[in-house]
Amino acid sequence: MSDTQTTRTGSTLVKRGLADMLRGGVIMDVVNPEQAKVAEDAGAVAVMALERVPADIRRDGGVARMSDPQMIQEIQAAVTVPVMAKARIGHFAEAQVLEALGVDYVDESEVLTPADEENHIDKWAFTVPFVCGATNLGEALRRIGEGACLIRSKGEAGTGDVVEAVRHLRSITAMIRRCQSADANELYAVAKDLRAPLPLVLEVAETGHLPVPLFCAGGISTPADASLVRQLGAEAVFVGSGIFKSEDPVRMAHAIVEASTHFDDPAAVAKVSTGLGSAMRGWETSSLDQRLAERGW
Amino acid sequence: MGSVGVLALQGDVREHLATLSALGVEAGCVRTPAELDAVDALILPGGESTAIAHLLVTSGLRDPLGARLGEGMAVLGTCAGLILLAREVLDGRADQWGYGALDVTVRRNGYGRQIASFEAPLALVDGSSVPGVFIRAPRILECGPRVEVLATYAHAEGVDPVLVRQGPVWGASFHPELTADTTVHRLFVESL
Repeated sequence: MSDTQTTRTGSTLVKRGLADMLRGGVIMDVVNPEQAKVAEDAGAVAVMALERVPADIRRDGGVARMSDPQMIQEIQAAVTVPVMAKARIGHFAEAQVLEALGVDYVDESEVLTPADEENHIDKWAFTVPFVCGATNLGEALRRIGEGACLIRSKGEAGTGDVVEAVRHLRSITAMIRRCQSADANELYAVAKDLRAPLPLVLEVAETGHLPVPLFCAGGISTPADASLVRQLGAEAVFVGSGIFKSEDPVRMAHAIVEASTHFDDPAAVAKVSTGLGSAMRGWETSSLDQRLAERGW
Repeated sequence: MGSVGVLALQGDVREHLATLSALGVEAGCVRTPAELDAVDALILPGGESTAIAHLLVTSGLRDPLGARLGEGMAVLGTCAGLILLAREVLDGRADQWGYGALDVTVRRNGYGRQIASFEAPLALVDGSSVPGVFIRAPRILECGPRVEVLATYAHAEGVDPVLVRQGPVWGASFHPELTADTTVHRLFVESL
């Protein structure tokens, strides 16, 4: 008798399970192996390998695509923590390439220029797990219905302005509470209004949380920002431009990691915030011409 | 039996608390030296071993936990927790440190990257089976003479130890906390 016949890869449990292992931590955007080492040294639980951080994508304009595989492989070789990489919304061929490279998580991301304005990727078809952004509960559940194993509230990437992250996180958690208080008759209409799969709405109403972990992204740039979104219900934090666009990236990286772990201890957050140098300068979201969070359907 | 804590710096803390709760054991989170002082046994959860090791240092827990291990505190480490307890770690960071409380050699990500993460049934020494969930799991390559192997994973190339014990120190390369099966936690709690 051989147990090899019963060994299964790519199951929902192992795909969602990696997201569970990242909880409480910080995932940092990095553009080269040196930054990846800084992130790992600071206690990052994973790195997101990409050619330009969102702040630079925003500044440079043009079409933003999947990163060069060579750059992703160099980062994979540089660190022992999981390496994530971004594919364009709907661009399943980019996702296939990332899976072939052995990345640990694919981010089907609104930060890149969308490849399909109607369809997201069928994520069930992959062994590699996917993370997707969401601005509200309906969007989160549609992504989970397509096979996403981790949801991050979108925020507004590359701004250094936390206001959209807070809006999206609050929108998701408030709607979860409404599902919990709805009676059985109302939940069908709730699912219709959310444009979300009914079984997932029923599950949320029953459990009081998403079927997958909920992390936060988009605009987090200080330890106090990390503490804020963790207290609002995010189980971990993605930091994009906020580390390497700050005055002292090494200290900022350490400080945000500490603040995510000790998010409910104001004295600990105060300690790591002291003398930190300036955070990324940023853009006020209300002054933007283009909102990345509006990408995704 | 005294009180049980779960190291709550990072990782799948909630699942360990839920599994213990299902066994009727109310456990607390440990994030400070004072919270460590208050528990009689500790679970080191799954997570990223480099991140947890870093946070043990910055939280002032590294040396107090080492001292408690030296005094014979009962500890169960799963996945990342096993890496922290192992005597020797291969393919880790150059500055990887650990407690060396379990005389085993493990290889980080010894079964491969996430796309190779898997589920498989495991054989306990009593002949029963428990579900195994392996996520970027460490692979136990060698066990010292004082290490008891409590469960194994049989695959095409051989049989790997996956649950081991050396006195009060237990290590699992898989995640018993991610399934509804409470066997591993029950065995650990019954040993206290």
